[in-house]
Order: sequence, then structure tokens, then C-alpha cells
Amino acid sequence: MNAAVEVAGLRKEFGRSVALDSLDLTVETGQTHGFLGPNGAGKSTTIRILLGLVRKTAGAATLLGRDPWRDATELHQQIAYVPGDVTLWPNLSGGEIIDLLGSLRRGIDPVRKKELIERFDLDPTKMGRAYSKGNRQKVALVAALSANTDLLILDEPTSGLDPLMEEVFREALAAEKARGRTVLLSSHILSEVEAVCDRVSIIRAGRTVETGTLAEMRHLLRTSVDATVSGDLPDLTRIAGIHDLQVEGDRLRCQVDEAGLADLLGALSAAGVRTLTCQPPSLEELFLRHYSRPEPEPVTGTAV
Amino acid sequence: MSTSATLEQAAPSRHRVRGTRPLLRLALRRDRLMIPIWVYALVAAAVGTGYSFKALYGSTAEQEQLAAGVNANSSILALVGRLHEPLSVAGLTSWRLLGLGAVLTSVMSILLVVRHTRAEEEEGRLELLAAGSVGRFAPLAAALSVMALANVTVAVLMASGLVLIGFPTIGSIAFGLGWCTVGIGFGGLAAVTAQIAGTARSANGMAMAALGAAFLLRAAGDAGTATWLSYLSPIGWAQRLRPYTDENWWPLLPLLGFAAVTMLVAVRLNDRRDLGGAMLAARPGPVDSTGLTGVRALAWRLQRAGLLGWGVAILIWGLVIGNLAGDVGKLLGSSTQLQELMAELGGPGALADSFIAATAGILGLIVAAFAVQTLLRLRAEETSGRAELLLSGSVGRIPWLLATVWPAVRGSALLLAVGGLGTGGAYALRSGDAGQIGRVLGATLVQLPAVLVVIGAGVLVLGLLPRWAAAIWGLLGVFLLLGQLGPALQLPGWAIRISPFGSLPKLPGEALAWGPVVALVLVALVLGGIGAAAFRHRDLG
Repeated sequence: MNAAVEVAGLRKEFGRSVALDSLDLTVETGQTHGFLGPNGAGKSTTIRILLGLVRKTAGAATLLGRDPWRDATELHQQIAYVPGDVTLWPNLSGGEIIDLLGSLRRGIDPVRKKELIERFDLDPTKMGRAYSKGNRQKVALVAALSANTDLLILDEPTSGLDPLMEEVFREALAAEKARGRTVLLSSHILSEVEAVCDRVSIIRAGRTVETGTLAEMRHLLRTSVDATVSGDLPDLTRIAGIHDLQVEGDRLRCQVDEAGLADLLGALSAAGVRTLTCQPPSLEELFLRHYSRPEPEPVTGTAV
Repeated sequence: MSTSATLEQAAPSRHRVRGTRPLLRLALRRDRLMIPIWVYALVAAAVGTGYSFKALYGSTAEQEQLAAGVNANSSILALVGRLHEPLSVAGLTSWRLLGLGAVLTSVMSILLVVRHTRAEEEEGRLELLAAGSVGRFAPLAAALSVMALANVTVAVLMASGLVLIGFPTIGSIAFGLGWCTVGIGFGGLAAVTAQIAGTARSANGMAMAALGAAFLLRAAGDAGTATWLSYLSPIGWAQRLRPYTDENWWPLLPLLGFAAVTMLVAVRLNDRRDLGGAMLAARPGPVDSTGLTGVRALAWRLQRAGLLGWGVAILIWGLVIGNLAGDVGKLLGSSTQLQELMAELGGPGALADSFIAATAGILGLIVAAFAVQTLLRLRAEETSGRAELLLSGSVGRIPWLLATVWPAVRGSALLLAVGGLGTGGAYALRSGDAGQIGRVLGATLVQLPAVLVVIGAGVLVLGLLPRWAAAIWGLLGVFLLLGQLGPALQLPGWAIRISPFGSLPKLPGEALAWGPVVALVLVALVLGGIGAAAFRHRDLG
């Protein structure tokens, strides 16, 4: 039982519409896995299948080595879940709801609960109806993070949180990771995923289009280079892997593949480089590269 | 100068209702199924009953016999109301249906108004609309307009239908006005409770309780010596329009006044409060919980206040009914027609027994409404996403289902017992016979199997057709009409027994027949079982 979540060729149809079409996802135990995709890509559907709330049409899905539909009740002892849009019982207080949810999992750690309530600056005596969107989200987050579970499933958990609270969430998540908990984090806030995730899967229109560590993914991307030189610029177009080259006097801007980076830097230092800014590829570029394509294509694994 | 001053004053009120028209269109679009169903059911009930009565009570002799019996019998007076001279088929129809229909148009109005005001506000959708160019009163004005429009449509179609089958025009207009003015009045009242209560549930509950009080006041006033009680009830006013029997028009004044005053109060209250705010202030809750663990504790916690409200209302109902049962003995003349009608309505035997059996049947329907309301919470939990949060915990589907179904069953039994003890206790005091308590309690508790069938059908719908969960209310409406109009329409026995309430032995006059009781429990178990199995296997949300 190495992988906490294993999904292969997962398919889900709602009537005639296909929500998931051959989706693959593997989350290793102890890792934090980012689950990225635009709105409507099927992130929440996948999670709801993993939670046994919705039945898969075809394909394989196992959670902690078991069937998420059949063994839902026992599995959920070990899972804490935060939905992206939390609805609370209007006439129960936040504190009561946290404890109620804890009682449906493997109990909660009262010390951690108290600490998290403080750090998230949550008033647990307010009634469910009185909370704002961000505060409702905090109630579910405190309930999940303080639960004694092995696996955290978070579906856009920070929607509605302010940047300060997002930071608190990142710290709390890092602490959970250090504690050895496995996390599946669905999000479209890329900086958040970049900051906390070991591995990332990107899905589009119900299919996995890219999966791997962030380092692996960066391989596939170009570094942006912005430089000024004192001497004459050589003909850089001969360097393999250089793109979007713009030259204005002594200033140069371009994109370069990993393979061409050494050649480019050699040429620049020969020309007497005065200033140099190299921007590593961001997840955002990766994301945009996949989503700006009109048609979903199968994973190729090679750079463009 | 003076014109600009008037304009300045006039402008705000015009702005405050700006956006009413698009909101009205939105409401009509959302209700494109609900309103036609209500209109059809009400109009068909009136025209159908009128048509059948022409065949059943065509001769003057039949009518006179019925009238003599009815007006001498306080139990029928309580259930239906007074029958006025001169007699006619049209008069009989309006006598049988005016009060019942006024209650039904009121229920329709309450549901419509709360649906478009407090429910929208509670869900947060109103915020989305109110951020647009929408005046402060526009949502309320749109909700009231839809409600009034539905009532007027019912009244116009019903009156036209009755004229078509040959009833006098003036009387038909009075009949239609009776239905729609009471309906609009209670719609206005619902607009007030929607301002006071923080949730749609309690707004509906408060308005329905007021409607129940109006029904009881009318019943007590018509049946007993304190006739003035009936003058306190809008339903009593409507009956004093006396359609087809020398019409009175003065009741329109208090009826329209009731509607106008409630609407004005609602507007005033609406003006003073924040969006989403309620008159009842929120208090802080506990920091943590000790007892609230698991879905059963949650279900109890969510339902206990509602159960208490129902319990108090049903206790009051029972006490009033028990008192009236004591008056039934004061029967002056007796007619076979009346005996027959009462027997069909409540079984053979002493008239008091028939009255108790008939009111126990109504109590059964009221308790079934509680059961349906409790069951539908499950659907609300599902659509709101709270079920997702719960079921991501270690909770099986069936235990979650049972955590709602079992309180519905237990609560129904409890409410039937409360109703029985209230009625029996009051009746025992009036008659000086303590043995009546047990007899009356038996009559109300025997309704439980029929309530169980409704619960079973509810589980079936929740399992198989969750999107149509609200249709279970429609089923309850069919049972109500079958029970209330079936005997008067002289429907065949099998048709009346389609309703589980029609198959029950009519205690305490009849002997307790176990056959139908066991059969109904089995039907309930089968329906519930199929529903639960389907519920386990379907997608959630």
C-alpha cells in the first residue's frame, strides 16, 4: 500500500454529458499532491468519486488501498475533507460543527483545534448562519486540519480566505506534511500549489494532461532571459532552443529551452553582459500552455 | 418650486419598487409548474364537486333534509361551517368548499410568498439580485404580486367554471372572492412572518400556525354558543359572504382590510431591517460541544424545536376538538341523510364517536405533513452541500437516512399521542367520563400506519426521484381531497381507499380491524425498503 490514492482510466457520465474521460491520478503516501484544472475540468467530480458520494461509470479508483464506494464508511474514519463551498447548519455554532465533524472521523486533537482556531482568528461561538464565506471555510479547515486522519482531501480550500489567512493555511499544511499526512489539494491558485506541493497533476476536460514533480515539469518549460550587453550581440538565432527573441539596441529579451541555456549564457558573456535577469518557468506558464490550446491532446511527454 | 418638491418626495418611493417587473417575471418563470398545478387542483376540485352535487343533491327534499341535519349538528358545523337558506345545489357546493378552499389558497399563498422572500434571502440569492438596480421593496412587491396573481387566477377560473356548469353568476363571483381574499390575506401575513423570522422554515411555520388558529376559531364559533369567535377568523368572514344564498358583501371590507394591513406592516418591517437580518436577534452559541456527536444527535438537535412547535399546535387543536366533541351530544333533530353523511365521514355509531373519528383523520393528515417536512430536510441537506460534509465523515448512507426517517416515525407517533390525549382529556372533562381518554387515544394512534405509508412513499421518492422530492406534498394533497370530498361526492369505496387514511378502521365507533393496519405497515415497509435500496446506490447531490 504505497499510494494513498490510485485512479486509472476513471470515467464518469452524468446522463449524456461526460464529466471524466480516462482520468489518471496517483498520490503517494506522505506526499502533498496538487490537483490543477480550470473550472469544470472535473476536479470536484473526481473528489466526490473518491469520497464515495458519486459512483464511477468505469475505470479504477482506490483510496488507501480500498474501494471508495464500497468501503466508504470505514475509509472516512481516516479522511478529512474540506469542500470549496462550505455550507453550515444555520443554527449550530462553529465550535459545535467542528466537534460534530470530528466525531464522524477518527476524533480530533483538542490542542491542535484550539491552536488552529487562534491562528485562523475564528470565533467559534458564532452561529452557522452568521459566518461569512471565508469564515465558513475556516470552520471546515479547522475541523479537517485538527482531525486525527491520515489523508486530507481539500477541494479549493482557500476560496474566500484573505492573503493573511492563506499564509496561515500554507503554514498549517506544511505542519501536517511534516506530521506525515497525505494531502490531495485541488486548487487553481498556482502560487499556493507551487509553495506546498511535491507533485502536481493537471487535468483538462476530464483527462489528465500532465503529471509529475514541479522540477520535472519545469524541464519542459522555457526560462525567460532579459539582458543588456556592452559589446556587439552575436547572431543568437543560431542557438538551438531560443524563442521569441527581441533585440532593442543593447537590450535583449528571449525565451530559452533548458538545452539552449548554456549556449545562450556563453554568447552573452562573450558579448560582455552588464545586467541579466533569468526567470524560472512558473506553474502559471505551464497552466496557460495547456489551457490555451483549443483541443485537449494526449500527454506527449516531450517539449514543444 | 412646488412641483420640484413633490418630485423629490415622489422619487424615492418610485425607486423603492424599481425592478419589481423583472423580479416578477423571474418568480413566474420559477413557478411555471407550481402555480399551474395549484390552480388546476383548486379549480378542478370546485367545478368537479359542483358537477357531482348536481347529480347527488338535485331534489329540494334531499337538500332540505341535509340542511336540517347539518345546522343542528355542531360537529359538522365545526368541520365544514353553517349551511344557509335558501338551499340550492350551488349553495351546497359553496358550503362544502368555501372554508376548505380558503384554507388551501392560504397554504398556497404562504408557500409562494416565503419562497420568494425569506427563502431567497436565506440562500443568499436575493443579495445577488439586490445588488442590481432593484429597489428596497421590489422583492417583496414581486412576491406579493405573484401571490395575488395566483389567487385571482384561481378565483376567476373557478367562478367561470361554476357559471359554465349552470351556477348563478353573482354567487360564483362571491365564492371566488371568498377564496382569493382569504388567500391574499394570509399571503400578506406570510410577508410579515418572513420579516420576523430568520429562516424560511420558521416563517412558514408561523404563518401556518396563524392559519390553523383561524380555522380553529371558525370551527369553535360555528359549533358552539360563542358565535363571535367565528367573526375573528378570516375564514369565518369569507363564509359570511354567503355565496348563492342572498349574498352579503360587507365581509369584503375586513377581508381586504386584513390583506392591506398585513402588507403594510410587512413593508414597514422590511424598511427597518437589514438584508438577511431578522427581528429575532442572534445569540452566541457554545464554543464546543459535548453531546453533539454523530448524525442521530445532529438530527435530534435540528428537529427538536420544530417538534416542540408542532406539539404545542396539536395540543391546542386537540383541546378545542375535545371540547367540541362534548357539544356533539346536543343533537336536536336527526335525519338519515345526516346520519349517512356523518357515517361516511366518520364511521357508524354515536355521533360523538363519528366526530372524533373524522377529526382523528384530519389529525392524521396534519401529522403526515410534519413527517413530510421532517423527511424533506434530508433533501435540503443534500442540495445545500451539508450532506457532502457529513458523508465525507465516517457515516453510512443508510444510518444517515435512518437518522432522519426514525425521528419522523417517532415524532409522528408522539404527535398523534399528544393530539389524542388533548382531545380525550378535554372530552373526558366535558362528558365526565375518564374512559374516553383511552378511546380517543386509540382513534388518533390508529392513524400511524397511514402516516407510515406517507413516510415510506417519501423515502421512495428520495431514493428514486430525488429531484421530485417535493412531489410528496402533492400526494398528501391528493389524500386530503380524497378524504374530505370523497364521501360527499359518493366516490366508490376503492377510490377512497387509495388514500391510506381511507382504509383505516374508524375508531372509536368501529372495532379495530387489524387487517388494514398490518397491510398498511407492510406497504410502508416495502416502499421504504425500495427507497432505501435506491438511496444507497445513487449519486449524491
